[in-house]
Amino acid sequence: MNIIKNRYIFFLISLIVIIPGLVFLGLNWKQDPVEGPIRLGIDFRGGSLLEIEFNGARPNASEVTAIYNEVSTEAESVKDPIIQPLGDNAYAIRSRAMNDETKSVIISKVEALAGPVTVLNFTSVSASVGAEVTRAAGVAIFMAAAAILLYIWWAFRGVEHPMRYGAAAVLAMLHDVLVVLGVEAMFGYFLGWEADALFLTAMLTIIGFSVHDTIVVFDRVRENSRVYRRLDYETLVNHSIVQTLDRSLVTQLTVIFTLVALVLFGGDTIRHFVIILLIGIFSGTYSSIFNAAPFLVVWENREWENWFKRKKAAA
Amino acid sequence: MYRNKTLWLSIIAALVIFALWVDLSKTLYVPSPFSDKPLVNRNVEVKLGLDLRGGLQTLLEADVPADRVVKAEDMTNAKNILENRANGLGVSEVVMQVAGDRRIVAEFPGATNSDEVVASLKKTASLEFVDMGNTPVPEGTIIQTDFGASEPTSVSPDSETPPDANAIVYHTVMTGADLDSATVGQDNSGQYVINFTLTQKGSTIFGDYTSKNVGKYLAITLDKQVISAPVINQPILGGQGSISGSFTLESANALAVQLRSGALPIPIKIVESRTVGPTLGEESVRKSVQAGVLGLIVVILFMTLYYRMPGALAALALIVYSLLSLMLFKLIPVVLTLPGIAGFILSIGMAVDANVLIFERLKEELRAGKNLRQSIDIAWSRAWPSIRDSNSSTLITCLILFIFGNTFGASMVKGFSVTLALGVLVSLFTAILVTRTFLHTALDNLKFSEHPSWFGL
Repeated sequence: MNIIKNRYIFFLISLIVIIPGLVFLGLNWKQDPVEGPIRLGIDFRGGSLLEIEFNGARPNASEVTAIYNEVSTEAESVKDPIIQPLGDNAYAIRSRAMNDETKSVIISKVEALAGPVTVLNFTSVSASVGAEVTRAAGVAIFMAAAAILLYIWWAFRGVEHPMRYGAAAVLAMLHDVLVVLGVEAMFGYFLGWEADALFLTAMLTIIGFSVHDTIVVFDRVRENSRVYRRLDYETLVNHSIVQTLDRSLVTQLTVIFTLVALVLFGGDTIRHFVIILLIGIFSGTYSSIFNAAPFLVVWENREWENWFKRKKAAA
Repeated sequence: MYRNKTLWLSIIAALVIFALWVDLSKTLYVPSPFSDKPLVNRNVEVKLGLDLRGGLQTLLEADVPADRVVKAEDMTNAKNILENRANGLGVSEVVMQVAGDRRIVAEFPGATNSDEVVASLKKTASLEFVDMGNTPVPEGTIIQTDFGASEPTSVSPDSETPPDANAIVYHTVMTGADLDSATVGQDNSGQYVINFTLTQKGSTIFGDYTSKNVGKYLAITLDKQVISAPVINQPILGGQGSISGSFTLESANALAVQLRSGALPIPIKIVESRTVGPTLGEESVRKSVQAGVLGLIVVILFMTLYYRMPGALAALALIVYSLLSLMLFKLIPVVLTLPGIAGFILSIGMAVDANVLIFERLKEELRAGKNLRQSIDIAWSRAWPSIRDSNSSTLITCLILFIFGNTFGASMVKGFSVTLALGVLVSLFTAILVTRTFLHTALDNLKFSEHPSWFGL
């Protein structure tokens, strides 16, 4: 099996997945320049989410909107909430941030309209906190990437060019981040999914897993480069990938088993989170086999110097 | 590195028995043979986060301009004061933590009426000096006063004995607003007291009142609760006085802080509020546990079918892993949130990875014709660097997630990072030592050369 030989085909496959994602990131941005390329949930954007279950018949969404508009004030505008049905007899209502008194007023008015209700969930985050959390999330991802780059650099100090391994791992990681962001943008575009704090958690887990996977492949390159000193680099890397292929697939399968169990039986609250994790984990395995390790070869041959043409086999 | 199989086997057995004891009991109770006091008496129930049991979580922030530095001491004091107020609400297990340098996370498990909780948190603690007339009151009594009431009605306690003691509304002479400063000191007998000075206006009121009421009781109340109710021994004219009660140094300090600032050392506003209904929580617990058990079963089946004998032993090690993790969650204790459970389930997948790495290595060495015992040793030592490095990177991510979650009071993110990190650490132990011990034990009792299919070869 020669994965390294076909490396540009695999890079192309990655691009085919990533580019549509980028397009949707752009589409979201164009659609709503204020919100940006990803539909951010209230954790990042600020706002309120009220989930209420009706014991009796569920009223029309327009009636609930009317209540919100009535309660809305200049200082605390909760006008024109976004109302989505939740199951058979509940609503998820999103608006701008509101305090608890406003919430009580709304609840009592809704109860006057439709009889007793149960508040399943109420969240309100002020816009300033949301903005700060968004910035911090960016910093967290950046810090994670930097820390991992440094760690790999240090862990591979025994081989030639240890920094390349760190850079390749981070590149593969960026690949997975882009894939997941693109998919999230697509879901956001079609299904209205919003990125919340759990999405960030998923993202950071994917980063961890992606690097975890890449390191296993690189570890084999590290070991083989000591054992087979005379082998040329391409063959060495390819051999390492093939040797770790079984393990990569088995591990991927076990993680996917547990995640699929979570998607099917874990309940609605974390479904979005787990689906993003699944996609990210899949992408993580792909990128460590088909991107990270081949990238080492691209760097070794300095292929960008002749427009990414492969070195002649004899060279 | 690995020599004494019997030793490890007994350590593992002891750990498993201990873990089973912790996992299956609600309290750890060990009676002492020498006294009535038990040696160990600890509640080890699984602590569920708000998203699983229902309740209210709020994020409070210092309401000062963003560029002003908030002193850590102020935040801690504010937290302590809020904690006292919250405990007065009768909500059990209130958790308050300072998050970052200007926020406090407050969690009220089981609280459903968020308005009530929030309103009472916002309410500033008010100090009052109350005219009790000739009635002595014990500390801790809650009384009614005319301060802050919508219709100030003054009922003299000297009048006819009222039918219900609770119905008496006492007159407030002065409030904390007239206080200039308050410090902690000690009186002649070494008891902690709070020395206060009054503003000019306060001095006048207090001087007048104490002159006229020598020999009567004056109650000092905080949020209508009596802290102390001394007898006025002599007129206090200089605008200085002291409050004695049964204070410890800490409680005296806390009170002095409250008095100095009227209420909180810094103004606080609510920036985030989350309420989860209890039914949603219950359903989530049930579903996640189902998913976890199912995930575990599928992984066990898969490992056994794919790697045969070693796989079955790894599956056994995985059960040890689950028992140990649950034990740690209960002992530490880790508050389990929904993402926390997700993190744990994900760590099951990662726990298997270490074994997969080793077994793939084992197969390779066996195919290369090495004997079994040699192969096991080589497999373990060769797989170790990749297990070490890959898990280190996961731990690094966990650390960054934890810091992020801690700073922003995002307990979901924090919960996830804690369970994932614990899972990774426990998995290193089970995958490396437990599986290996099991494998060596099994090998003493069979000959591999007769059963290559047991190793999937």
